[in-house]
Amino acid sequence: MTWDWNVVDDFMPRFWDGVLLTLQALVLGSLIAFSLGLVWAIAQRSRFAAVRWPVNIITEFIRNTPLLVQLFFLYYVVPEWGPSLTSLTTGIIGLGLHYSTYTAEVYRAGIGGVPTGQWEAATALSLPRSRTWAAVILPQAIRRVVPALGNYVIAMLKDSPLIAIIGALEMFGEAESFSNETFTFEAYTIVGIAFILIAYPASLLIRLLERRLAITS
Amino acid sequence: MPSPADTPRDSNSASRANGAELVRFDKVTKRFGDVTVLDQLDFSVDTGKHVTLIGPSGSGKTTILRLLMTLLTPDEGTIKVDGDYLNHEERNGTLAKAGEKHVREVRKKIGMVFQQFNLFPNMKVLRNVTEAPVHVLGMSKDEADQRARELIELVGLSEQLDKYPSQLSGGQQQRVAIARALAMRPQVLLLDEVTSALDPELVAGVLDVLRDIAHTTDITMLVVTHEMSFARDISDAVLMFDRGKIVESGPPDKMFSEPEHERTREFLSTVL
Repeated sequence: MTWDWNVVDDFMPRFWDGVLLTLQALVLGSLIAFSLGLVWAIAQRSRFAAVRWPVNIITEFIRNTPLLVQLFFLYYVVPEWGPSLTSLTTGIIGLGLHYSTYTAEVYRAGIGGVPTGQWEAATALSLPRSRTWAAVILPQAIRRVVPALGNYVIAMLKDSPLIAIIGALEMFGEAESFSNETFTFEAYTIVGIAFILIAYPASLLIRLLERRLAITS
Repeated sequence: MPSPADTPRDSNSASRANGAELVRFDKVTKRFGDVTVLDQLDFSVDTGKHVTLIGPSGSGKTTILRLLMTLLTPDEGTIKVDGDYLNHEERNGTLAKAGEKHVREVRKKIGMVFQQFNLFPNMKVLRNVTEAPVHVLGMSKDEADQRARELIELVGLSEQLDKYPSQLSGGQQQRVAIARALAMRPQVLLLDEVTSALDPELVAGVLDVLRDIAHTTDITMLVVTHEMSFARDISDAVLMFDRGKIVESGPPDKMFSEPEHERTREFLSTVL
């Protein structure tokens, strides 16, 4: 096998389509994971067992089943009795939902790390619960967990090829279909490099952020 | 120094007679597991009085403050603040567990300063003091700002308005915490070993501020402290606790000079 730059040239248009899809899935998936994870984490500290229990069950269930199975379920089973979504939308929701159960744990650790005295001071001032969360607890908790959240973005990036299986052709999906059509291998290599080029600077950025937050806190 | 216009009684004097009971504990019992920290405790504090609780650690002093601040709930008995039950509500003639709204209303009359300050580290000094007046009392931002500046001046920290708590010394943080508690215009101020976490050279500054507040305002104070000379300066009454019960009480001069109870004498010999 020899490396053929013409194949690379042919792949490029589809490669960029794939990159765009990967980034879309990553950004939107992360937004879902970050916000939904926060909802889970706060709900897990609810005073009401009727809120805590279902949330615990849902998050444990999602965290302990494979993302691939969840994607199939969302794409093939949910439309039977619910809305039918495009493969990209399904993929984004699947990634976001799956990773929200991990970010929930991250937030939970961050919230647990806020000293009890902060809750007590909020009580002593009669701050409403919502204000206590928004102005006192979360600003301190989230600051601690930004690096850990970043690590899950990278993990999500590395899981993103799974959405190709339900037809959302992100960069790996594009490479696979291109290679199958042309009996070539160059596209896989390009995509492998592309993953590194996205993931490595991202992890450097996270480390930098980690150091900055450590200094200023 | 600004006039102590923040004292609750100035704004509220019509509704309460001086000397009326502001806090009352009625047969309050609090247990932690098998340990009974407070045992059928009865006591009351009159409006405007400064009462200091002394006693060995574990005798229940801090528990009393934490019960009043609703950081703990009593296992038995009732607590009244300014005539209202703190943890209970009267419904159809019987006492039931109070709803959150009721607790919140009664609790607003109480302010607390903690041993560990517990300032909000993500907020600057000024905002630490304005946060609750704006979001709990519904004060306008400008008014809260204005009042916070006065209180911060009262505790001698006008230069530090724009700093974060982490940029202040422990003593300065504690003075901000005092301003923050006063900003809510509480009728009762609870001071829970407020100098215990401070370096020795910072203690005096905090105590001076508190002495000043005690002498120039009419605010009611409940104080847990190991600073006996401070207690002597500001107290109208001293209560000696041991194993969840009051063993002796009286004016500070008598309590410190000629205590009657053996336990009080023992305790004082260890701290004086």
